[in-house]
Amino acid sequence: MAGIVGYGAYIPRNRIKSEEIARQWGRDPESIRRGLLLEEKSVPGQDEDTITIAVAASRDAVARAGIDPRRIGAVYVGSESHPYAVKPSGTALIEALGIGNEVHVADYEFACKAGTEAMFVALGLVESRRVEFALAVGADTSQGAPGDALEYSASAGGAAYVFGRDDLLVEVVETYSFTSDTPDFWRREGEFYPRHAGRFTGEPAYFKHVTAATRGLLAKAGLAPKDFRHAVFHMPNGKFPLEAGRTLGFTREQIATGWIVNTMGNTYSGSSPTGLAAILDVAEPGDLILLTSFGSGAGSDSFALRATKRLVERRGLGRSVRAMLDGPRRYLSYGEYAKFREKIIRNG
Amino acid sequence: MREVAIVGTGMTRFGELWQASLRDLFAEAALEALGSAGADHLDAVYIGNMSAGCFVGQEHIGPVLVGQIGLAGVPATRVESACASGGVALRSAFLEVASGASDLVLAAGVEKMTDGADVTAVLATASDQEYEAYHGVTFPALYAMIARAHMETYGTTEEDLAAVAVKNHRHGKLNPKAQFRREITIKDVLESAWVAEPLRLLHCSPVSDGAAAVLLCSMDQARKYTDTPVKILGSGMATSSMMLADRRDPAFLDAVQASAERAYKMADRGPGDIQVAEVHDCFAISEICCLEALGLVERGHGGKATRRGETALGGRIPVNTSGGLKSKGHPVGATGIAQAIEIYEQLSGRAGERQVAGAKVGLAQNMGGSGASSVVHIFGRA
Amino acid sequence: MPSPRYWREIPSRYRLEASKCTGCGKVMYPARPVCPACRSRDAERVELTRRGRVVTSTVIHVPPTEFDTEAPYAVAVVETPEGARLMVQVVDCEPTEVRPGLGVSLEFRRIRREGHGGILCYGHKAVPLREGQT
Repeated sequence: MAGIVGYGAYIPRNRIKSEEIARQWGRDPESIRRGLLLEEKSVPGQDEDTITIAVAASRDAVARAGIDPRRIGAVYVGSESHPYAVKPSGTALIEALGIGNEVHVADYEFACKAGTEAMFVALGLVESRRVEFALAVGADTSQGAPGDALEYSASAGGAAYVFGRDDLLVEVVETYSFTSDTPDFWRREGEFYPRHAGRFTGEPAYFKHVTAATRGLLAKAGLAPKDFRHAVFHMPNGKFPLEAGRTLGFTREQIATGWIVNTMGNTYSGSSPTGLAAILDVAEPGDLILLTSFGSGAGSDSFALRATKRLVERRGLGRSVRAMLDGPRRYLSYGEYAKFREKIIRNG
Repeated sequence: MREVAIVGTGMTRFGELWQASLRDLFAEAALEALGSAGADHLDAVYIGNMSAGCFVGQEHIGPVLVGQIGLAGVPATRVESACASGGVALRSAFLEVASGASDLVLAAGVEKMTDGADVTAVLATASDQEYEAYHGVTFPALYAMIARAHMETYGTTEEDLAAVAVKNHRHGKLNPKAQFRREITIKDVLESAWVAEPLRLLHCSPVSDGAAAVLLCSMDQARKYTDTPVKILGSGMATSSMMLADRRDPAFLDAVQASAERAYKMADRGPGDIQVAEVHDCFAISEICCLEALGLVERGHGGKATRRGETALGGRIPVNTSGGLKSKGHPVGATGIAQAIEIYEQLSGRAGERQVAGAKVGLAQNMGGSGASSVVHIFGRA
Repeated sequence: MPSPRYWREIPSRYRLEASKCTGCGKVMYPARPVCPACRSRDAERVELTRRGRVVTSTVIHVPPTEFDTEAPYAVAVVETPEGARLMVQVVDCEPTEVRPGLGVSLEFRRIRREGHGGILCYGHKAVPLREGQT
């Protein structure tokens, strides 16, 4: 059996409140808060991008794993906002971690599920023994068009997972993926902001794939929702994951720990991976954890995971998600936010 | 080595000189120097210039500039050591004459900064490109960090820094070649815009065009050219770590101290013998640190000494009677030569309203980057 | 920033690779072939601890063009536990917080970009340590 031997997460320190964005566009902040269940979101600094977030999260993951980075045989970074269109984020990551040249590197994309995609592939390589350890990262600094609904949720952050066969912190019990061609949300080459099909992103996209993947996983593993201590779903806003959980038969209590979107926002490829990290920060040995991601286009990856005793022993070696969410942070005005996110047109 | 004297000088005004190109500036200063000595030939030319390549796209300026004054064929060497380029050109010319290799050598300096180059970026090339400029550190920022270290260690205040600028403007008002010929107050300085804390706009020397030249000759032939030669008694140069992070004490300019010790030794003089000095005040803090490193004031006391008027005209040791870089201007490569010209005028009794009465021994100190290179010359009335 | 020039410095920028003199133990950042303290040419490669203290600092208000949206920003000379010193920006704080003695951690950040189409350049910046952090 293979699984997670190290994990880490990183959330930038800047924030912007939903009401600040609503005020800018003449919307009622209360209805945004109630409608989307979003209070605030993280904003990347002017010097932060998917690569820097990947490095920060991966450093904690390697520290918790306690391994020589040179033993990592594959590095995969999943994102919707890779800094280069051509040149993988993974190559900068391997240099920052000191992994050396004997490594397979690839970048992944699939809207918001590029992170769990990387995790799926990393797991498979380790299970097949083609590599000893594999690192998978889901990180993003995605954009929402000014004045669009996505502007309230598109945020920045990510998580990293080192997969191995021994000394597991988390066992992977089962996986299941569900994919179809569904044009709910996309971005054409060269466009700065993504577009979406409004309400079509709900039932035929998010809900269909999240529920199908989760039900497929439960059937395949012979498990029921009540068997799980924690569940985390992709969090495009505060409402969708709660509704999906309810539909599938999970309680609010099971979803609570991983449900960090109300103050983090939607970190796209980092969303459910970071939610998982928040769960791992407090999970008890033997806890079963469900993770189901969603990427527009569309697809969902579902994982059944089990926490081990070793998780409790090793997790103190990195930063916790709650400490980053609740710790020192700076609230930006809309103007500062627009400057940071380069939404302002300048000369030259 | 034989004795060397300055026998002629020439200098343009310093300022934003739109009508003059790099070549025009050099020609004006060089021809004035040759004319003042009645010299019609040269054995060699040394030209201090930091970055004609970056500022005006011209390298290989040795032949360009001697050709401009009808002397194509004469050996011409461009000397570069950032803001110390002029002083090092002077040193090179001095050594060429002192060694006996040449009899009559022109030491010049020129910089044309206002033709549209990104001045901040060009000046930053004097700092470490990979480990200082890479991170967005600017030249003023380096001196600001030196200032902050000095303030932490010795209690130097922003008013002490302002006092340097105020004094130099008072002197510069009396210098017909100075870029700024108006006085400023402490209040003016402390209300000027931030550049890099704690340095404000009026703590910083300006961007300037200009050229200066001195004609050097062996002492035994000097009287052919002038009745008032001024001897170069000593020359010393030193380098220090380029990166501010590499220096044990960021508040102390060790290259300045080492270059001064070497010059004092050659001249067989000490700090107590110096009666007038031109010191590198690219930023107000640098004058304070240089005073200390030259041994002209006690370590840590540069600010206090300035506030007390010790370094003003009429004080114990008048410093930067020309107005310094702050008020006179700082066309980078020309500064070291302009400093020598001020000391020449002081020691030959030509300094007019800026005259330090009876001055017989003077010092000029010129520094590059954040103190990574320094050159000191000591002059004496012949 | 030409690619070869950037690429050569990757180990020292991305991993804070330094050299430790086998003669006198002095740690130099970046690595150098000759120890400035004892002139020995024998050294081993080490990586700096990603923590330090501010030695001196300033806040830059007039930035170079590539950094103009970031001004004002603090820069500082930071000393690591090994005794090496390096110059870095100090971020994720009010610039006025940056004073000599401040404890910082060193984090991987993007330092600059070469315009719209050039390469991205990374390195480390200092972030003040908060209460409870070591």
